Amino acid sequence: MNNKKKLVMIGNGMAGVRAIEEILNANPDMFEITIFGAEKYPNYNRIMLSPVLAGDTTIEDIILNEEQWYADNDITLHLGKRIKEIQRGYKKVIAEDGTEAEYDKLIIATGSNPFIIPIPGHDKKGVMAFRDIDDCDAMVEAAKTYKKAAVIGGGLLGLEAAKGLLHLGMETTVIHDQATLMNMQLDTVAGAMLRSELEAQGMAFKTSTLTTEVLGDERVTGLKFKDGTTLDCDLLIMAVGIRPNMALAKDSGLFCNRGIVVNDYMQTVTDPAVYTVGECAEHRGIAYGLVAPLFEQAKILAYMITGQGLKTYEGSVVSTKLKISGVDVFSAGDFMGTPGADIIELMDKVGGVYKKIILEDDKIKGLVMFGDTADGPTFFQWMQDRKDISEQRSTMLFAASGLGDAGHSGIDLAASMADQTVVCGCNGVSKKDVVDSIVKGGLTTRKEITACTKAAGSCGGCAGLVDQILASTLGTAFVESEHDPMCGCTELNHEQVKKQIKNKKLTMVREVMSVLDWKSEGCHVCRPAINYYIGMLWPQDSEDDRTSRIANEKMHANIQKDGTFSVIPRIYGGETTPDELIHIGKIAKKYAIPTVKITGGQRIDLLGVKKEDLTAIWKDLDMPCGYAYGKALRTVKTCVGSNWCRFGTQDSTSLGIHLEKQLDRIWFPAKVKLAVSGCPRNCAEATIKDFGIVGVEGGWEISTGGNGGVHVVVTELLCIVKTAEEVEQVAKAYLQHYRETGRHNERCAPWQKRVGLERIKALVVDDLDNRKALIERLDLYLAQQEKDPWVARIEDAKKDGLKIFSEYTPIDIPVRVES
Amino acid sequence: MTKATENWIEICSLDEIPPSQARTVNIGNASIAVFRLSDDRIKALENRCPHKNGPLAEGIISGDDVLCPLHNWRIHLEDGQVAAPDQGCVKTYSTKIEHGIVFLDLE
Ligand code: SRM
Ligand SMILES: Cc1cc2nc3c(=O)[nH]c(=O)nc-3n(C[C@H](O)[C@H](O)[C@H](O)COP(=O)(O)OP(=O)(O)OC[C@H]3O[C@@H](n4cnc5c(N)ncnc54)[C@H](O)[C@@H]3O)c2cc1C
Ligand code: SF4
Ligand code: FES
Repeated sequence: MNNKKKLVMIGNGMAGVRAIEEILNANPDMFEITIFGAEKYPNYNRIMLSPVLAGDTTIEDIILNEEQWYADNDITLHLGKRIKEIQRGYKKVIAEDGTEAEYDKLIIATGSNPFIIPIPGHDKKGVMAFRDIDDCDAMVEAAKTYKKAAVIGGGLLGLEAAKGLLHLGMETTVIHDQATLMNMQLDTVAGAMLRSELEAQGMAFKTSTLTTEVLGDERVTGLKFKDGTTLDCDLLIMAVGIRPNMALAKDSGLFCNRGIVVNDYMQTVTDPAVYTVGECAEHRGIAYGLVAPLFEQAKILAYMITGQGLKTYEGSVVSTKLKISGVDVFSAGDFMGTPGADIIELMDKVGGVYKKIILEDDKIKGLVMFGDTADGPTFFQWMQDRKDISEQRSTMLFAASGLGDAGHSGIDLAASMADQTVVCGCNGVSKKDVVDSIVKGGLTTRKEITACTKAAGSCGGCAGLVDQILASTLGTAFVESEHDPMCGCTELNHEQVKKQIKNKKLTMVREVMSVLDWKSEGCHVCRPAINYYIGMLWPQDSEDDRTSRIANEKMHANIQKDGTFSVIPRIYGGETTPDELIHIGKIAKKYAIPTVKITGGQRIDLLGVKKEDLTAIWKDLDMPCGYAYGKALRTVKTCVGSNWCRFGTQDSTSLGIHLEKQLDRIWFPAKVKLAVSGCPRNCAEATIKDFGIVGVEGGWEISTGGNGGVHVVVTELLCIVKTAEEVEQVAKAYLQHYRETGRHNERCAPWQKRVGLERIKALVVDDLDNRKALIERLDLYLAQQEKDPWVARIEDAKKDGLKIFSEYTPIDIPVRVES
Repeated sequence: MTKATENWIEICSLDEIPPSQARTVNIGNASIAVFRLSDDRIKALENRCPHKNGPLAEGIISGDDVLCPLHNWRIHLEDGQVAAPDQGCVKTYSTKIEHGIVFLDLE
């Protein structure tokens, strides 16, 4: 106990406390730690003061280390005590109230002071900076009485302050001495786009304007500018920059220049017992004002002070992101480019997207992005890696935008990102760090990831990206993870809803929503899910709720981009006959079908059918509905197999046709595709299907959980069986198990990943009683589904006594010419 | 406030619109989606999503909103406003029900 060294830290802010955390990580027992903080709050996320002001979060939510954390780590914390003197000779510090502390090692982390331009009147009431919680409170208070605010400084901080004041209901004008907003980070084009976006949000601007005087008696009433004009205001925020807070250090004889000068170990060059970290430090001539480099410094400091070895701080390249909701800006490096520089640019004025990349020898030197900044971190990483981008240059500015809703949608960006790409710039967390924490720590929420890696814990700009990585790592398991509610309409997650439907025997969608206290009338996410669970759990006692089906499933046809529909009848196993083809051809002619296409699923698609023709065409076709639109069995793809093929070992076609007939008319959590190949040459591509079957000499190889869509997933071997009957048994059991435990909109591939192949194998292959029980439940369900949905719709339409009624038919009202 | 009767156009009886669903009504060049809400109120919108012209009548109704069938934009049935983060507005039409008959006002 007593042999612990005494470590004292002045300043209880972001960089300092991070250094302490790193020290505790490296060696929790080395020091007896004392911290002095001039503010009365424990360490909070200063960056998030802007969102607090803008009403997007609260002070409680931005506290990073509760007082309990200090206690848990045996840290003596002196809040609200400002150090007024460092006596390096006696190795002690003295606070304004007389409190003293001795040290073996001292860390100075006093941050910086906002710069107040010393123009006449700058000390009037109502003139303030934006730096801490007290400033934030003061602005909120002022906005209750005063209505006109001015912000001097059109940089990051000034704009965020102005946005906050607008939110507080104040009329807000930003005064900037340059012509371009955020001119330290943006070129004129991006600056102008930013300006018009912010103007649209209600912010007013005076650019290229120097303020010469603050007007008013005791309190500010206005500003006077160099050109002689004036502006009325009763609150003035100065956001023109910061100055490292180094007076204390200077007075104690530590060498200071722009900041307190440190070496590559974050030790002051004057006194090896004294370290400095954060905005107050000057390293190789630079004092940083963003947290990313400061956190890097904190790490290096911890290495050094705990004797972990000599890692050095080499300085940082920084990138900038503006935290105003609805305005996406990203900038890094040399964003202007010298005249004649190699620049690639994308400009979409209407869409409000601008991207510019400055290159030198095919390497990124700088970038500016506005409107769509999703790829910013990737490009920034390429810039730091000095990656040769000659191959990407023609396509890199077209972002990988969202693909369809495939049961694991929106994860393309994260998935395609390289492992070492830094996701969280503030905390230097790479994609690999995040993935590792998910995989090794079994994490399922962003909160847990932040707690574990700090990603998304500072400016929050990467929160979306972290979510995407989570999603792509866990598959759909994330989208509906244990902790996440189904959607915004409820607090309950899929499993809880399913359980309640079962335990309470709820058999109607509306009943579920009212019994389980839904917050609204349900949406396109929860209602189709509830409808599915009800039908799966209570096949005999429930009726399908068509109002809870999305357009395709409600209409039993695929809606097209022009509002017409497509009709795909079943062609079992992809095997047809001349008569069938002639029949389809005749109907296509009769209805003047604009496009007839062979689908990728071995059948025929009639595209461009008018809604009012649907029932008629189904009737004329007189073929089973192909369910090409639904969360149902799609196709069972087959190859010719042993009937014709010289390599065929098994009759894949017959088995495929049989399976398709057996598994028809079943609703699943998501669409289900099967394939049967007659030999391992696998012409039916069975190994990228939800359930794939490959004939081998003397048996069938069954592999499952594949997917050929957005992310290709190859199946995993489930088992090898001898007979076609056994294939059918295993298929039914596997799919019923999927129906019972899959979450709505979760395809087999992510489901199998989530629940685990071994477990599925145990329940479906090894446990024969359970296999039997699963098949019985599926058969029970199938018994209720005997009617083809197209036939059912035709009958409904007929049944309806009303002359013109069919929801498939529009009501035509002739135009009456008014006299 | 009801308008002068001559602006009202008779559409169909309430029963001809399935509960919690919609029907398309074509009047001249206008295609109008007429929605029957769960409490039998009737709302009418131009049948064209401001995003990419999705036919709103095929959308799923959620409370007083409809979700476009093509890409799930959420549109408020009362005032035709598109919910954030998307932006836009759809033309709305006044409706009334008298003796079980649905009327639309094209103005
Ligand atoms: C018609 C067809 C394309 C064709 O002309 O060949 C097709 C058309 C559509 N596919 Fe597909 N897919 C078709 C075969 C496939 C295949 C190939 C296959 O089944 O062998 C795949 C990859 C295999 C797979 O699913 O794993 C495929 C993967 C997708 C995906 C991505 C699924 C995924 O899990 O990643 C989607 C998006 C989704 O489901 O949300 C999709 C979605 C769609 C939708 C339904 C898009 C939509 O929501 O409107 C398309 C409907 C077009 C229309 O309006 O009719 N389609 N789609 C094929 C119909 C086969 C059939 O006979 O039923
Ligand atoms: C509104 C706002 C938005 C920001 N947005 C971003 C952003 O989006 N991204 C980004 O990277 N950075 C942002 N920053 C900057 C970031 O907050 C700072 O770089 C970071 O907080 C600096 O950490 P620090 O520990 O050096 O200083 P601070 O966090 O300021 O901590 C220093 C602490 O020391 C205390 N102190 C000073 N002197 C004494 C003394 N003598 N005795 C005791 N205590 C003392 C101070 O009161 C203060 O609490 C923002 C800053 C603000 C104000
Ligand atoms: S049919 Fe073609 S365009 Fe449509 S989803 Fe499939 S791949 Fe995409
Ligand atoms: S057309 Fe309506 S959301 Fe795209």
